[in-house]
Amino acid sequence: MTLPPPDEALRLLREMLRIRRFEEKCAELYAAEKIRGFLHLYIGEEAVAVGVMQALVADDAIVATYREHGHALARGISARAILAEMYGRVEGCSRGRGGSMHIFDTARRFYGGNAIVGGGLPIAVGLALADRMRGLSRVTVCFFGEGAVAEGEFHESMNLAALWQLPVLFCCENNLYAMGTALARSESETDLCIKAASYEIPAWPVDGMDVLAVADAARRAALAVRGGGGPVFLEFRTYRFRAHSMYDPQLYRSKDEVEQWKQRDPIVLYGERLVAAGLLDADEREALEREIAGEIDDAAAFAEAGHLEPVEQLERFVYSDAPPRVP
Amino acid sequence: MSEPQRSDAPARIRQSYRDALREAHRDALRRDERVFLMGEDVGRYGGCFAVSRGLLDEFGPERIRDTPLSESAFVGAGIGAALGGMRPIVEIMTVNFSLLALDQIVNNAATLLHMSGGQLAVPLVIRMTTGAGRQLAAQHSHSLEGWYAHIPGIKVLAPATLEDARGMLWTALEDPDPVLIFEHGSLYGVEGELAADAGAVPIDRAAVRRAGRDVSLFAYGGTLGKALAAADALATEGVEAEVIDLRTLRPLDTATILASVTRTHRAVVVDEGWRSGSLAAEVIARIVEGAFYELDAPPARVCSAEVPMPYAKHLEDAALPQAPRIVDAVRRLLGGGA
Repeated sequence: MTLPPPDEALRLLREMLRIRRFEEKCAELYAAEKIRGFLHLYIGEEAVAVGVMQALVADDAIVATYREHGHALARGISARAILAEMYGRVEGCSRGRGGSMHIFDTARRFYGGNAIVGGGLPIAVGLALADRMRGLSRVTVCFFGEGAVAEGEFHESMNLAALWQLPVLFCCENNLYAMGTALARSESETDLCIKAASYEIPAWPVDGMDVLAVADAARRAALAVRGGGGPVFLEFRTYRFRAHSMYDPQLYRSKDEVEQWKQRDPIVLYGERLVAAGLLDADEREALEREIAGEIDDAAAFAEAGHLEPVEQLERFVYSDAPPRVP
Repeated sequence: MSEPQRSDAPARIRQSYRDALREAHRDALRRDERVFLMGEDVGRYGGCFAVSRGLLDEFGPERIRDTPLSESAFVGAGIGAALGGMRPIVEIMTVNFSLLALDQIVNNAATLLHMSGGQLAVPLVIRMTTGAGRQLAAQHSHSLEGWYAHIPGIKVLAPATLEDARGMLWTALEDPDPVLIFEHGSLYGVEGELAADAGAVPIDRAAVRRAGRDVSLFAYGGTLGKALAAADALATEGVEAEVIDLRTLRPLDTATILASVTRTHRAVVVDEGWRSGSLAAEVIARIVEGAFYELDAPPARVCSAEVPMPYAKHLEDAALPQAPRIVDAVRRLLGGGA
């Protein structure tokens, strides 16, 4: 895959690095008990979120999983709003009602943050249905892990999207483990593209550790979807370097396996490519790191200084504030 | 009894509950191009209870949308379409089938507004058939609306009258939040008179269907008719029962419930759900919390027997609340014995 023009090439590195450094900070803040609940880190998979977002425009929609910090950052939700959410502050993107697993931002058409495996797929189908019925040529991207393909909602949604030829781009992040269960231990057919193809959905695998390959595949898929060709399924082969959550002792995989995958670290590999192409030198890399560190420190300070919602507001947002309409 | 029709009285038409529902759909589909109906067999088949018969011809397959047997996907698609600017009506054949979509209803429709800090309202209406009485046995007959009424974030309606069958849908569609409408299967064929210009009705309050001073009977949906029949029978014994139609099961109209008990000082709750953990239990809890010192007798309830609904007619009849059982419960309350 050839490199894009220098500005864009550097931006891809910057976006991946932001996610990596942001989540390293999250892990640190979790250890310091500033962040609680579940925290699922995306480290190792950054090329997928960053690459896919390159194919989207402002009007497109995104439905993501509970491992969605990377998608949220790559979509343009500020590190401040995301970190404040993890701190449970009203300044958080979900006012502290959602936490790490439920990041929402309607202004960026970011529809979560869904913590039920497979539960986001029907919603993505519905968003796409609305676009179709309203005559809008928008794409809805739906991220989910390979664990979701065992859920009925995956199969129901693939069928419905294909049957109605809806503009959904299904992005399966195959990191090989559904929590601790390896794909081969849960699926009789481990080729995920075959499952999608059985619904007459064009499907192909992509190297999820190569941001350029991801961006290229997503661009081609989004073009087809936007053009009215119905849904497309992409399987991104990737790996999570960290534990499933902060409670996971990783008994189900070997250190060797993790180390082997780290040899294919998407940020390291892509950084080396930029250096080889003469687009990045040591000083520039250091400047980039400094800039990102500054952004993250600022986000942490913002979250730290954020406010707690008054307990009197506890029951807000159960129903809309608008008074009931009496005809 | 019959008075000469006054010339300025609004015209009345004879209609079934099913027809009233269909008119409500037709009206909504005409009024708002964002409204569409989707579900199993709503189009070519005409709806499994014929509610949507004829709508496909009038509004076309985009707006009267047949779905595969994928409750979770099409309910979830309804949520997504609502988020995407449409006003979907999703029909689920029976409440038992809705269990296949519980993830979408409980984990998504009910939570998205809250989890998103107020950003994602879900203006979705889900209709389904509920209840027994048609010998459909234990997978088509249950009354689980009380379960749904447990869930914050959704509203739960139970139209028992023609006016409500005609009028609740539009108000529900205007609501910014998800609304579940439970239609009792025994009501579709019930006919009656309805104002020709009947329209939207409020969905935030209970209604007094019969005034009385001796006892309050609380009912909804399929049990309203039985409560009214019991009240007729009691009237022949000189007992004046007030019959309250709860109409909206969540949020409950506690004020109307307590006001009635304050008038009558006795309460019987009729609920086709099972007794344990039932909506009837919630109504009685509210009465005890809010009007304990008004009571002249312990509140009573007439619920379904705690068995999966049997097929054989005599067993099904015995399992369900019936007017004679309601009458007996009132007599016991009044000290007359059974």
